[in-house]
Amino acid sequence: MERITIRFKVNGEDATVAVEPHWNLLRVLREELELTGAKEGCGAGECGACTVLVNGRAVNACLYPAVEADGAEVTTVEGLAGPGGELHPIQRAFVEKGAVQCGFCTPGMVLSAKALLDRMPLPSEEEIRTALAGNLCRCTGYAQIIEAVQAAAEELSR
Amino acid sequence: MSATAVVGKAIPKVDGAEKVTGRTVYIHDLKIPGMLYGKIKYSDRVSARIVSIDTSEAEKVPGVKAVITAYNTPEIRFGFLKDNTALKKDRVRQYRDEIAAVAATTPEAAEEAVRKIRVEYEDLPAVFDPDEALKPDAPRVHQTDARGKPLKDNRLRLPWRVEAGDVKAGEEASAFVAEGEYEVGWVTHCCLGTSGCIASFDPHGNLTMYSNTQIPSLARTDYMEALKAMGLRGRVRVVNAAIGGGFGSKLDTYAHEYIAILLAHRTGRPVKIVFDREEEFFATSPRQPVKVRVRQGCDAEGRLTFREISMVLDNGAYTSWGATTPTVMMMPATSLYRVPNVRFEATCVYTNNTYCQAMRGYGTPQVTFAIECNLDELAEKVGLDPLEMRLRNANEPGEITPQGFKVTTCGHRECIEEVAKRLDWKNKRGRAGQRGAKRRGVGMACLMHVGGGAKIYRSDGCGTLIKVDDFGNVDVFSGSMDIGQGLDTVLRQIVAETLGVGIERVNVIVGDTDVCPWDVGVHASRSTFIAGNSALNAARMVRDQILEFSGQMLEAPPEILALENGQVVCREDPSKNLPLAKVLRRAHFAKIGNTMFMAAHFYEPDTDMLEGEFKGNYSCTYAWGCHGVEVEVDTATGHVEIVKYVAAHDVGRAINPMLLRGQVQGAVMMGIGYALSEEMIFEQGRLRNPNFRDYKILTAKDAVKVEPVIVETEDPAGPFGAKGIGEPGLVPSAPAIANAIYDAVGVRLNRLPLKPERVLRALKEREAPSGPCGALQREG
Ligand code: FES
Ligand code: FES
Repeated sequence: MERITIRFKVNGEDATVAVEPHWNLLRVLREELELTGAKEGCGAGECGACTVLVNGRAVNACLYPAVEADGAEVTTVEGLAGPGGELHPIQRAFVEKGAVQCGFCTPGMVLSAKALLDRMPLPSEEEIRTALAGNLCRCTGYAQIIEAVQAAAEELSR
Repeated sequence: MSATAVVGKAIPKVDGAEKVTGRTVYIHDLKIPGMLYGKIKYSDRVSARIVSIDTSEAEKVPGVKAVITAYNTPEIRFGFLKDNTALKKDRVRQYRDEIAAVAATTPEAAEEAVRKIRVEYEDLPAVFDPDEALKPDAPRVHQTDARGKPLKDNRLRLPWRVEAGDVKAGEEASAFVAEGEYEVGWVTHCCLGTSGCIASFDPHGNLTMYSNTQIPSLARTDYMEALKAMGLRGRVRVVNAAIGGGFGSKLDTYAHEYIAILLAHRTGRPVKIVFDREEEFFATSPRQPVKVRVRQGCDAEGRLTFREISMVLDNGAYTSWGATTPTVMMMPATSLYRVPNVRFEATCVYTNNTYCQAMRGYGTPQVTFAIECNLDELAEKVGLDPLEMRLRNANEPGEITPQGFKVTTCGHRECIEEVAKRLDWKNKRGRAGQRGAKRRGVGMACLMHVGGGAKIYRSDGCGTLIKVDDFGNVDVFSGSMDIGQGLDTVLRQIVAETLGVGIERVNVIVGDTDVCPWDVGVHASRSTFIAGNSALNAARMVRDQILEFSGQMLEAPPEILALENGQVVCREDPSKNLPLAKVLRRAHFAKIGNTMFMAAHFYEPDTDMLEGEFKGNYSCTYAWGCHGVEVEVDTATGHVEIVKYVAAHDVGRAINPMLLRGQVQGAVMMGIGYALSEEMIFEQGRLRNPNFRDYKILTAKDAVKVEPVIVETEDPAGPFGAKGIGEPGLVPSAPAIANAIYDAVGVRLNRLPLKPERVLRALKEREAPSGPCGALQREG
């Protein structure tokens, strides 16, 4: 099949990938760029485990056509921690508040939370719940995740 | 309670940083050089004879390295009754039956090849209802057992029956009797990370299985048997990747794992099979559906006199642990509340439905739904507040239950009282004069679960190896596994506490059968208790070795020495205190020592494996709890909203309150899903909703903030007093909610889930009863 070359930025670095037209962004990230932080939980836009940021917006990478990422800025969970490896406040809050169990939903949750807090620094609990509604978690029952996002919001807007 | 440095503290999960940065490697992320991708061809029919399989087109797909069927591979039998085979020959009995499999260089090629496999079938009659399947002329799912012995009907030959006291006399002494029929269907684990494995042979025929199993040691034994069936004599090593959720789903070995082994052997290359979400829904084994009949009675004061439970379990077409859940259902059936006369009987039946497995709670959510809803009905007959009914019959420390369980510590009563208090039960129960479409009510339900292991196999043990290096770093090799619950963190706390070192000094290694000792698996809420005790004992042995040596060094009796804050401290003369690292190096390098400190311990609880009469004590201690809930029922839509949820648990002692809360909160949400929304819809054996759109697990929007109440009874048998808590949190959710709905709107719903349509229909039927005999309980 004819491949199309796409150029985009991933976590601040330039990336050039020859993709098949039907590939989605998740496949490019996981298979071509070996960024396996984004997970495939359903492949159908129903679980949010594959959430990444495209131009700051949270998208389900499993549904996002790879060719549409051409020219975009993509952030994956690997791009959140600081240069010295220090955790982003959202990541730290997830660890400290007990928001992580098996961890499979975590990268997607963290990025949905980031998209929310970038847009809305001090969201209400209801707004947090709505923003995370597309990210399923079978382990935690969400309470500690919501608390982690609240804690991170407070810290980030201090 | 003894003073502790790290036990009892809310220490974040040690693998948290790895997980929030996306560095954790799950089976989905793992690649091995030369690896092929395997894909399975499932049956297109629910019950049929396989006439022919044509794989010729599949073999021509570029990149395909092997196509296997039962006709060109050795037979591998597996499962609790060995009635299942990796690939099916001649006959299919359920839609998820594996007919063929492909290994190819890309997942796409494997998929294309699977699509090109042509199978010709000859349909056979099928049966989907367990009651139908019990009839003499029902279509037979299996003609013979695993050994080829003819079977005369669809009933499984399993002896699930226990009786104690005199049920008849109990009934005669009863002033009130309540009777009911309850039905629970299929629900499934929905682990966010799907199932998968990579099978890889070395040139000597040794198998390494990269897996996400909850039972590394038992899986190893299963795979060894498979190799034997294949005529191979290699060794087996099971290496676990991180597990994206367990909940019992990975408590058995499955056809896809054996298929990966067969494909890897055929191709001489590693083969990976990872399920997509649809497969995860239809090709893994869900919770056991059950129809339960309960009769229980009490005297005029509401004291229970007898309880009788009989049930029929839809086993599906093959047998896994689902068929053994009655051995655990017996526990609340006979022993939740003080009931002198009890009888329990369970029948498992083959059908052409999907076969079932363990899921968090192992049968107890099903049976507890029946017992606890029925108890409320009984209380109503007596004219007693359900709270009072429960308090009157609550279990007590020191009792031996009719089935022979030794209740040591028991916070049952305290849990009930806490729930009543926090829910403001007295004021909220039976609110009169509610107007408008939305009505509120409160309900409660209790639970009993194993809290100190469960001897359902011949061994309920776990091994731990501990070694200490020259600097005070501790490696703990445990047979157990972290499946997200935080076992790695809990073991670190226990060992750090015992050796007086910082938690960052302790490293826990799990999930590799080549280096970790044996363990029966992560199930039955046993890991903190059993693996914890094992680690505690091994750590104590190391501590004693160190103190013994320090005693020689310091010329002091070891009894006055202790390990604290990375030091060997002398209680009588602090000037003698020495850094632990110094002692360790002295022991290692100096002539007087020439030793390193390490120890191994295999902890086997002193409990009984129940057989025959099913009487004895199969756990070192029992977990108790009570959940209370306030609901708001919209009588116009049937929608049930949770207004408040209190979960009180006797946990012995909270080793890590934050992780403990996570277990309770997560389990309750799963329990609320079980109660209100989750349901696998099977039509003629075909799963109709194999996706998250149509199978509704709760989302962050529905999340109920559970108020956890931790009742600490400090169990003398538990590590630092702890009991297990992995499962209890979802056991009483459904009956507590059903009882609250009754309080709010006066209808009893005896079938899960309590979906709006069902609530609405029950409300309508109450307005206009459709028949003489309680149509409410019969709705679909
Ligand atoms: S994997 Fe993309 S939403 Fe589930
Ligand atoms: S932590 Fe396991 S799915 Fe969220």
